[in-house]
Amino acid sequence: MILKVENLVTKFHTKEGVVNAVNGVDFELEKGEVVALVGESGSGKSVTSLSIMGLIPKPPGEIASGKILFNGEDLLNKTTREMQDIRGNEISMIFQEPMTSLNPVFTIGKQISESLIRHRNMKKKEAMVKTIEMLEAVGIPSPNERIKQYPHQLSGGMRQRIMIAIALICEPNLLIADEPTTALDVTIQAQILELMMKLKKDFKTSILLITHDLGVVAEVADKVVVMYCGRVVETGTVNELFENPLHPYTYGLIESIPKIDSEVDRLFMIEGNVPNPLNMPSGCPFESRCNRKLSICSKKLPEINVVDGRKIRCHLYNEEVK
Amino acid sequence: MENIVEEINNETEEKYFDKPISPLKEIWYSLSKNKLAMAGLIIIILLILIALFGDFIMPYDPCVGELSESLQKPSSTHWLGTDEQGRDVLSRILDGTKISLRVGITAVAIALSVGLTLGSFAGYYGGKIDMLIMRFMDIILAFPSMLLAIALMSTLGKGIDKAIIAISIVTIPHYARIVRGSILSVKESEYVQAARVIGNNDLAIIFKHILPNVLAPIIVRATLGISIAILDTAALGFLGLGVQPPYAEWGTMLGSGRAYFFNANHLVLFPGLAITITVLAFNLLGDGLRDALDPKLQK
Repeated sequence: MILKVENLVTKFHTKEGVVNAVNGVDFELEKGEVVALVGESGSGKSVTSLSIMGLIPKPPGEIASGKILFNGEDLLNKTTREMQDIRGNEISMIFQEPMTSLNPVFTIGKQISESLIRHRNMKKKEAMVKTIEMLEAVGIPSPNERIKQYPHQLSGGMRQRIMIAIALICEPNLLIADEPTTALDVTIQAQILELMMKLKKDFKTSILLITHDLGVVAEVADKVVVMYCGRVVETGTVNELFENPLHPYTYGLIESIPKIDSEVDRLFMIEGNVPNPLNMPSGCPFESRCNRKLSICSKKLPEINVVDGRKIRCHLYNEEVK
Repeated sequence: MENIVEEINNETEEKYFDKPISPLKEIWYSLSKNKLAMAGLIIIILLILIALFGDFIMPYDPCVGELSESLQKPSSTHWLGTDEQGRDVLSRILDGTKISLRVGITAVAIALSVGLTLGSFAGYYGGKIDMLIMRFMDIILAFPSMLLAIALMSTLGKGIDKAIIAISIVTIPHYARIVRGSILSVKESEYVQAARVIGNNDLAIIFKHILPNVLAPIIVRATLGISIAILDTAALGFLGLGVQPPYAEWGTMLGSGRAYFFNANHLVLFPGLAITITVLAFNLLGDGLRDALDPKLQK
């Protein structure tokens, strides 16, 4: 077990009130595994990843409770200095916007080697040698010339490869990829995913993939964690989830993927909007949009129910309710 | 055969990659096309040379005069005339370059380093730190800067070092404000977050990752700031607070020459010209740098 998040609650104190962006999230990540965190905008995916990185801005943010166990140690008890040593070294992250994630005033080489100099105490020359190897590993041709170039001289796909190189250069145990392919076009997306999967094997890195693209999930993930309104509503392996989605929200998500062989005029969609985080309903937050709701749904927040080893937060699977 | 293939490969690779131009070269390229800025730069280089080697080209001792030759009009022996004590004005102006440049550059260096640090922390951390630092800067700004400098001088005492301190204190807020504003504009960028993600601490993020991105307006302000500092020194000298006699300082020379304005106006004219030319040179360079550093202003 490389990462275990237990009952994580991350709050933001805004002028209008307290927002529980992440409201009791649990999930686990085994070594070498790819876990996808899915959900629509505002479901708390990115806040979860920033909480793990220890990069929630305080104030206004605050991790109110929970545990983030990384290799058995709780990251929430680490000091700022200890977290700085972990970031980029044992846990790395890549962002969705490769166009703006690189510092425009430094060369590629300098930006990739920075981690090595920071965490491995390498000399500049030594770090450059490793950097060139890494650029080759992420599939950048002529790395000797590329290290002298500035970010604006590279395309979006290349820059995302550079970001991956920066993230993986210290061979971290965990890579958090926050929508790494969203800003790229489809062919480049496929290349980047393929590269990530190859490097995952080579470096034995576990990946927490944050995305709302179920196509990406189906392709690369081992396990899926579905989030809605700051809570995990369903977890399962990719096969279980796609073949037999149990939670009505997961079902809706999978049903709304356009299928190339189906002839429909209108795509399936989940009606309505995510409830206002400042004004969460007391019952199930998905109740107003659910097409299988029960009378209890508007009154009581569903607990986690275990069905065939899968965890689902829905009243439909509660034996007592039935 | 293999050699030929290799050669072709090398050739295509060389053609394929534009040699990356370093940012410094790029700035120099667009600055060198600006004639006014280059004129300013040449004057500044000349002034620096005069400050360094002026002692060797001075025709007379700037501090010792011949009373019998006092208040002479410009002539072939004294190109710019003599003052009330018979000292050679040209020598005194050449000597004054040293003081003006020294004051201008050191005052800006002090104000810049303090302002940079304060502004960086205020902008990066925000909240109470920002509030505290910037309100203090506002208090300094609330006073007319000359008045505050005079007040500081009256507590610190006279002399060139004190003039430097007074001038730097009154200009700190300008730098702090520019730096704070620039930092605010970049600190939320993704590459700053990315720098945090690879484990940098706050100081490294501010000084290694954010500041290099916002140097342009700071460099411009500092260049223009030198001319302001030179002008302020002259003003303090004119009021009798800055550099003390017998040392030659342009403002002090203006001040003492004022009494002879009607019968020996060269005593006011030449130091005044020296101040004007120096200030103009720094302003021209500053404007040129602004155009060169900000791509949006280029045609």
